[in-house]
Amino acid sequence: MMMDRLNHWQKIGLYIATFFFLLYILMPFIEMFRVSLRPMSHLMTADFTWWSDDFSWQAYRDMWKTVPLLGRYIVNSIFIASAVTALTMVAVVPAAYAYARLDFPFRSLSLGGFLAVNMFTGAVLLIPLYRVLRSLGMLNTYWAMIIPGVAFLIPTGIWLLRSYLEKIPRELEEAAYVDGASRMYTLRRVVIPLAVPGLIVVATSVFIGAYAQQFLFAITFNNVRELQPLPAGLFEFIGYQDTTWNEMMAAALTGVLPVMLFFLFLQKYLVAGLTAGAVKE
Amino acid sequence: MADTAEPLGAAAMLSGRKPMPESWFAWMLIAPALVFIGFIVAWPLVETIRLSFTNATLGGEDYVGVENYAKLFADPKFYQTVGRTFYWMVLAVSLKLVVGLIGATLLNAAIPGKALFRILVMPPWVIPVAIGVIGWKWMYNGYFGLISGLLQEFGLVDGRVALLATKTSAFYSAIATDVWVGTPMVTLFLLAAMQGVSRDLYEAAWVDGAGRWYRFRRITIPQIMPVIVSMALLSAIWTFNSFEIIWILTEGGPRGATTTLIIDTYKVAISAQRFGEGAARAVVIVVLLAVFSLAYLFVLNKVNRHYGAK
Repeated sequence: MMMDRLNHWQKIGLYIATFFFLLYILMPFIEMFRVSLRPMSHLMTADFTWWSDDFSWQAYRDMWKTVPLLGRYIVNSIFIASAVTALTMVAVVPAAYAYARLDFPFRSLSLGGFLAVNMFTGAVLLIPLYRVLRSLGMLNTYWAMIIPGVAFLIPTGIWLLRSYLEKIPRELEEAAYVDGASRMYTLRRVVIPLAVPGLIVVATSVFIGAYAQQFLFAITFNNVRELQPLPAGLFEFIGYQDTTWNEMMAAALTGVLPVMLFFLFLQKYLVAGLTAGAVKE
Repeated sequence: MADTAEPLGAAAMLSGRKPMPESWFAWMLIAPALVFIGFIVAWPLVETIRLSFTNATLGGEDYVGVENYAKLFADPKFYQTVGRTFYWMVLAVSLKLVVGLIGATLLNAAIPGKALFRILVMPPWVIPVAIGVIGWKWMYNGYFGLISGLLQEFGLVDGRVALLATKTSAFYSAIATDVWVGTPMVTLFLLAAMQGVSRDLYEAAWVDGAGRWYRFRRITIPQIMPVIVSMALLSAIWTFNSFEIIWILTEGGPRGATTTLIIDTYKVAISAQRFGEGAARAVVIVVLLAVFSLAYLFVLNKVNRHYGAK
């Protein structure tokens, strides 16, 4: 379109600015990759060098020995985030439907209550959470990392899915009622199938939330190595004099690769899910 | 919204069955979510308040009245921590918004390759926060880290700079990392908001001869203002509560330079296991955040009324 037309200099300027913006965003990844390719002895040499001629994939082989449970950590991370997502959706779907369609006392008040949960993070409530999890016998189990995560993701999930459900035409549900279907049947067989795209969007954003925040609960509520998610597992090796940084970087990059590739395929949903709430208002 | 439920009730009536009252059904649907929030947020919150009036440790607990609060409010360090936390929050959130706004504008420009650029902004957001921070921790390293290396390369400094070792540089390094973690999300939100702005507005202004900058200032910014403002609140709450970035980079050091309220609370409550004193700090955080959020929502309301009218 005419008004969007840019001249050469404007285009070049935009590319340069975009380059620097993306450089800031991607620099840690580039640097982690660079470090992962360099032998430890050369990383530690006196002078900083950007390039070196001894790049090798050795760290990607050695890391499995240095971090024996690496495979376990990667799987744990994905498992915990998936379990959090599944449980969150079980709570979110019916609640979002109630807020989208039904009228009941304390409707807005309770929705406001849910949204107020966003003000807290687990960090503020750690002490009693610790005691709750202990009395439920969940400390040092996967549950200790799953259950708290679910609670903090429910409110946003309800908010996102509710706005999606409100867009589904009501007539379809009414038709089901006229045919004698119960409320529960209508929800299961009419609303949920229609809401699949919205469910994917919300589940994706819940998964990202669960996957991103896998540190605090893990280091506080769990000290069984075999159960740790990737960040907590690797943290144990970081910051010592003899930290083999090249292997840690290799391990970190390898660890996040499966989920990142998965999201590349889902990126359309990803952005939609993230922004659904914002654009609506 | 209250009227929205009517047709369903009427339809059920038509079918001739006696349906469960709508409010029962609604509460049944909400129950799972309520149980989670009740156990994991509401009850722990009440318990935190109760604990803040005790001297609870691992050994046991006794009621001590307001002693924890008295001790806290008498400590000059506490006020420094509060000040530092708000400074941390305001600076990091402003930077996230500015960088995010610049990023969104760039990604919104009609240049070839923008689809790819939009994907490239995502990685920090789809990995565990802690993993990205581990990468930053390496870059800040004084001996062989990238930043120290580049600064030497360009002759900006003599010798090594261990960015996380001195008070000021550690604080601003932590800010840079926090901004990095938060920027992709802000960028994508603002980008989505920009794409939601009606083309007609731009065309009308363009026909009237308005330049790009004028259109950005007078159309884009006001149109996406509600998203900017709500993004700012969300970022503010997250930044205030941000734990793992500082913990992994510095654990609150050197000499407390990066100790925010959350870090201080964690150290007292979890590391030192002084549950009572930790709980008092947690309560202060909740109160500060609640007051801040309410004040902010009040402003948001005004802004929305100001911009939302059209």
